[in-house]
Amino acid sequence: MSGESVSGETVGGQSVSGVTRAEYCVIACAEAWRGAGEILASPMGLIPSVGARLARHTFAPDLLMTDGEALLVGLDGTVEGWLPYRQHLALVTGGRRHVMMGASQIDRYGNQNIACVGDWARPTRQLLGVRGAPVNTLNNPTSYWIPRHSRRVFVERVDMVCGVGYDRAAGARHHRIPRVVSDLGVFDFATPDRSMRLASLHPGVSVEEVREATGFALVVPDEVPPTREPTAAELRLVREVIDPHGSRAREVAA
Amino acid sequence: MSDKTMSAEEAVSRLRSGMTLGIGGWGSRRKPMALVRALLRSEVTDLTVVSYGGPDVGMLAAAGRIRELVAAFVTLDSIPLEPHYRAAREGGAFALTEIDEAMFMWGLHAAANRLPFLPVRAGIGSDVMRVNPRLRTVTSPYEDGETFVAVPALRLDAALVHVNRADRLGNGQYLGPDPYFDDLFCEAADEAYVSCEQIVDTAELTKAAPPQSLLLKRHTVTGVVEAPNGAHFTSCAPDYGRDEAFQKRYAATPWPQFAARYLAGDERAYRAAVEEES
Repeated sequence: MSGESVSGETVGGQSVSGVTRAEYCVIACAEAWRGAGEILASPMGLIPSVGARLARHTFAPDLLMTDGEALLVGLDGTVEGWLPYRQHLALVTGGRRHVMMGASQIDRYGNQNIACVGDWARPTRQLLGVRGAPVNTLNNPTSYWIPRHSRRVFVERVDMVCGVGYDRAAGARHHRIPRVVSDLGVFDFATPDRSMRLASLHPGVSVEEVREATGFALVVPDEVPPTREPTAAELRLVREVIDPHGSRAREVAA
Repeated sequence: MSDKTMSAEEAVSRLRSGMTLGIGGWGSRRKPMALVRALLRSEVTDLTVVSYGGPDVGMLAAAGRIRELVAAFVTLDSIPLEPHYRAAREGGAFALTEIDEAMFMWGLHAAANRLPFLPVRAGIGSDVMRVNPRLRTVTSPYEDGETFVAVPALRLDAALVHVNRADRLGNGQYLGPDPYFDDLFCEAADEAYVSCEQIVDTAELTKAAPPQSLLLKRHTVTGVVEAPNGAHFTSCAPDYGRDEAFQKRYAATPWPQFAARYLAGDERAYRAAVEEES
């Protein structure tokens, strides 16, 4: 382990407390919705979904959640509202939502690409398309979840800006990227020029490992805290109630 | 009042090459697939297709019928990336107007409201502006002075949508959880062709469902096509879910083989071919 690392001891990919990497990722995602109040949590991907449910179970009880389609549902699936796509888009522009999207590429200012790889006019790999990333990033807080931190994803320059980063938002009044969570750590933009900064390391990960896996110069403070430990109650919720079959390990291995 | 029922072939016979065609549904959900299959059997080509894209776009792109696509995404939902669309796009088979989901919706709203554009807080700062150099911006005339994208109206020559029930006059009803944007597609179009699982008497429509399920109004509908299972293999809740097994086959089969196997004959032959292998 690198001398810069402040992470706890690990044995075979698990921290000594027995918390898995996937579970640290869950905690890091859940924290995105702390104190969010009565807004819609829109998690995309499995671990953000577990995280959002954990947040609602614990420190963000007022969150709204969907069934992934047109219904607002409680933790037990009770329907409490109707949110078809057209109303979802209005909710986005109303700002009362915090989405955690995926990113095929992301750069140091948080510009995100899910549309294509290569030249847009003739892509080498066509992906999903811009989807709602442009409207999301100008209207409601948008965080990102990246299950495999690599230089292929954390790039110097994204091929197609879908989600708008800080350097291109020009201070747009509702633009905010609270955090990026990867399988290695948590990142924010709390720097003078709003470029990406390492905010916490998941236990068992070194600063060197993160630097090695990032395709641009990351801001690394002198002291990098570890991603916080889950409480016993949170661990029990994740393991026994929210994700009892351990599907989180399929997105991020132990 | 006029009876607007017709066959899928009749509906498609009213379409012309070069048209701008809106297709309802969302991703791999409630797509008017029977109408798309009829379109694939016709000679109509050179289309500008406007769609929240699913296999409708994948098939029309693979068959070389699209000159230009207006979309925010193309997906099969349970299979995130549409393989036939991807292959066509990577092969440079058509022009793409790539806009955001909200811009797309407001473009339809503008067309439905006979407005040239609507302002939207989306697109600025993103490469949507770079890849659509003709997009204009507009500045708020009020104190805030904010700059917005002026999304041009997405006026359509024709729209194709699929719903659960309709009457012979063109009143269309959806019974699933999401209307998607099918009413807007019809309102934005000069002509709209609606396929449905079942044609029923007008009075039947509200016997077991509330009036707010009446999504399409007859003055916006040109033709009504009864097409049971007409959204197959996409979903048409609550009548049926997506045929995941068939969708996998669609995604895994090279397009020429898929087209030869499933699209060479009429809709009855399609259904027979699907049943043969399930």
